[in-house]
Amino acid sequence: MELKRVVVTGMGALTPIGNTVEEYWNGLKNGVSGANPITHFDPTEFKTQFACELKGFEVTDFIPRQDARKMDLFSQYGVVIATEAVEDSGLDLEKVNKDKIGVIWGSGIGGLKTFEEEVLNLADNNLVPKFNPFFIPKMIADSASGHISMKFGFRGPNYVTVSACASANNAIIDAFNYIRLGRMIACVTGGSEAAVTRAGVGGFNALRALSTRNDDYKTASRPYDKDRDGFVLGEGGGGLILEEYEHAKARGAKIYCELVGGGISSDAYHITAPHPEGVGAYLSMEDALDDAKMKPEDIDYINTHGTSTGLGDPQEIKAIQNLFKEHTYNMSISSTKSMTGHLLGGAGAVESVAAVLAIQHQTVPPTINLFNVDEEIDQKIDLTPNKAKERKINTVLSNCFGFGGHNATLIFKKMEE
Amino acid sequence: MSDIASKVTKIIVEKLGVEESEVTTEASFTNDLGADSLDTVELIMEFEKEFNVSIPDDQAENIQTVGQAVAYLEENSK
Repeated sequence: MELKRVVVTGMGALTPIGNTVEEYWNGLKNGVSGANPITHFDPTEFKTQFACELKGFEVTDFIPRQDARKMDLFSQYGVVIATEAVEDSGLDLEKVNKDKIGVIWGSGIGGLKTFEEEVLNLADNNLVPKFNPFFIPKMIADSASGHISMKFGFRGPNYVTVSACASANNAIIDAFNYIRLGRMIACVTGGSEAAVTRAGVGGFNALRALSTRNDDYKTASRPYDKDRDGFVLGEGGGGLILEEYEHAKARGAKIYCELVGGGISSDAYHITAPHPEGVGAYLSMEDALDDAKMKPEDIDYINTHGTSTGLGDPQEIKAIQNLFKEHTYNMSISSTKSMTGHLLGGAGAVESVAAVLAIQHQTVPPTINLFNVDEEIDQKIDLTPNKAKERKINTVLSNCFGFGGHNATLIFKKMEE
Repeated sequence: MSDIASKVTKIIVEKLGVEESEVTTEASFTNDLGADSLDTVELIMEFEKEFNVSIPDDQAENIQTVGQAVAYLEENSK
């Protein structure tokens, strides 16, 4: 059977550098750092005292208080992002067949804050159980897609993918596949995360995964820099409306670009460390190219996973060089996590929005805080240091890798008839 | 309004997001104030916390209206 084509017709973003897609792009192209001293809790006792939090976000601007309080933050973010994306798509909710529209969302952790609060209450109550009836429905990761479906009445496939920091890319690939197979006409997809909590920061600190550059937090997220010391936790998320091409064309939708490939692999190596030679990263990118029926030479820009960790950054670059060979030097490469921080399960979603915007604006967002490229990394590679770069971008490859050895890669392509 | 009634009203307004004027003695949590079964469980728990009482499940099932809640709490709270 012939697979259908899938296009992007709407976007939403709620990020540490902008609360809408437009603000997000302004942040990306201007190289803005989203890092700030933690405000969600008192971080005095924590090794890391900063994160990339949302700025000036008031959920009650979007969701009535009595509804918002039944959602964990990550679900609130999801609903707000989905609302921007659906409005942007121009889908006529009165006319469209909502039974054929799905919601496939990604979240690495789910309602961490809810879990934390309920367990703290249990401890305060001498372990006598007095759990709130909304504890479980707020905490479970799939509540985000459930709330989005209820808001719009979308009755197609609905679930949340959980593959740590690859979650949103897995969600987008699943949405892509269902639409290609003709099982849906459109899907709200992407991901969100809200892990800037005591357990989130403390837990990642215990893994030695977070930067502790408390005295210079704005430059802490510095992928590929020789002095990088870990990732910076971010929160928020992003969303895409993926739509079957003929359906989008028939309704005269604005089409941003086409999603042409999705690749998935596993490292099968270690629960947190990436494979040192980037074996899984290589397989994921190769799988995405195969799926898109493309050659390495077809890729113009790679938005890397690039989290600013010692082990993660070089293995991805090795994998890129092994796969792309000499073409590596023709491409632009950047890690937008240098600006947004690492949104975990939402990372693939905000980076997909960045990829689509890069094609739309023919501009590569930079890797900021790149002062001295790590000697382990080939100095001839264009890592788009510190300043956005205008160039021809027909195709963007976007990588996400998660604890557990999960790898997922997307390829977006400029629209051609 | 008794102290208990005003506290009950405050909890209901807070949890269900309704106007104070809607929280009448006869108002049913589910039929009039838009609560679902989980909201009702949460309200009972809030009453327990606020008034330092333990409401057994079989008693809680009989608390369907604002007036029933106030009456129960006036009788049972310390």
